[in-house]
Amino acid sequence: MELVTPSIGLVFWTLIAFLFLLLLLRKLAWKPIMGAIHDREQYIDEALNKAELAKKEMARLTAQNEDLMLQARAERDVILKEAKALKDGILNEAKAQAQAEGDKMLEKAKIEIANQKKAALAEMKAQVSTLSIEIAERVLRGQLQDKAKQQELVAGLLKDVELN
Amino acid sequence: MDCSHVFDFKVNRLIAAFTLFLALFTVVPSVLAQTDSVGAGVAHEAVAADAAHGAEAGHAEGNFDPTAVIMEHIADSHVWHVAGHFSFPLPVILYTPQGFEFFSSGHFHHGEADYKGAHNTYRLVESTKDQSVGQNFFNKKIKVVTPDGQIDEAATASIMDFSITKNVAAMFLTVVILLLVFSAVASAYKKRQGKSPKGLQSFLEPIIVFVRDDIAKPNIGHDYGRFMPFLLTVFFFILINNLLGLVPIFPGGANVTGNIATTFILALFTLVIVNVNGNKSYWSHIFAPDVPKWMYVIMIPVEVIGVLSRPFALMVRLFANITAGHIIVLSLISLIFIFKSLAIAPVSVAFVIFMDVLELLVAFLQAFIFTLLSALFIGMAVEEHH
Repeated sequence: MELVTPSIGLVFWTLIAFLFLLLLLRKLAWKPIMGAIHDREQYIDEALNKAELAKKEMARLTAQNEDLMLQARAERDVILKEAKALKDGILNEAKAQAQAEGDKMLEKAKIEIANQKKAALAEMKAQVSTLSIEIAERVLRGQLQDKAKQQELVAGLLKDVELN
Repeated sequence: MDCSHVFDFKVNRLIAAFTLFLALFTVVPSVLAQTDSVGAGVAHEAVAADAAHGAEAGHAEGNFDPTAVIMEHIADSHVWHVAGHFSFPLPVILYTPQGFEFFSSGHFHHGEADYKGAHNTYRLVESTKDQSVGQNFFNKKIKVVTPDGQIDEAATASIMDFSITKNVAAMFLTVVILLLVFSAVASAYKKRQGKSPKGLQSFLEPIIVFVRDDIAKPNIGHDYGRFMPFLLTVFFFILINNLLGLVPIFPGGANVTGNIATTFILALFTLVIVNVNGNKSYWSHIFAPDVPKWMYVIMIPVEVIGVLSRPFALMVRLFANITAGHIIVLSLISLIFIFKSLAIAPVSVAFVIFMDVLELLVAFLQAFIFTLLSALFIGMAVEEHH
């Protein structure tokens, strides 16, 4: 029975000792320890979260880079295509222009040649006619030196008229 | 928690079985006892020192009384036995109607002399009525003696013994150890702020985190922070006392957590904390339970008994587990002296080692269970709604 009868002395001292221990440890130990553990845990959580965010950011950046690359490639293609089209256009235009210019020059040359030809022909005609007239004059002069011959001519002319 | 209950039960059953087995020897010690002197070759087991002391005490009557030896160890004492015949006297503090008395228990000379104090003359006497049991000194009570040498029971009833007994001294030692250890750990946290724990800090941090994450958080809920100081203090207080109780040599060996007074105070703390923090739904569950009005006559007393029986169970569980462990270890050691044969020593020692290892587990387990159940009761009191 003595075993299960709490003695007043031990009850009193346990109460004092435990209360003292509880209050002192709460102030000296538990508050700083729990605070430090809590802070460290929060710090670790934060660090992990940050790492996770950084990872996500990295992935996002990589994806963005890829996108940019693709975009750049597409843009380059477009530019190249455009340049090609432009080049082709310019080339064609130049060709066409050259062609047109050539044609025009050819035409001009032809006209010039034709003109020159006409002019030459006209000069030749004029020369020929002058020459003919001179020849005819000389012939006429030669023929008209005597009366007989004049008569004959007139007769001949008249004959022609009669025939008409 | 389930597992621990199962284990608790198993340990108790084992203890009961052993106690029954050993009770057989204590009932018929005279049959087995021989008159040879007790062997001195058992110094390898330090607990044996206690037993040997008791055995010598018993030797005067020609037989060894294991019950006296064991009860002497289990009970509190006014001196702290170290080894052989050497023991520390402890201060005696008595409250008498005339005033306080302070003196050293050394004045009693192991109960052989009376001490004349300022107000009365005191004598250490066997607390049981039967004075013939033996001269063992350790669990004697201080009684007032009249001038003609008779014990004055009326005056004895009026004094109160606030002495620093063996258990009180051992408890103070625990308090000092806890304060030193945890203030060192706390300063380590301050010094190594934000860094990983190191040394003692890294040994204790998992236990602290365990108390927080596996005892406080799941049972109390979000408001666990307020109760952490109590839960941690009670856990480490019980644990260190349990472990020191297992150490058979000088600074250990006191049966602090196996004393009903200690467990009474610890359970009282739980009771007070639970009821001070009880919220509306906790009290309405007790005084206005969700049953027909006429049932209140039965329900309210049942609930009130429930409030008291929970800490009562805490008190008895810790006390019984630790005391039973000490009784078994001492009983096994006593076997050597009961048989008066060295041949039994290896068997005894093997069993003692087994029990000590088991008690090591029980030391942790009981600290855990006490803390867990305290947290559970607190959780029930602060729970927001049903």
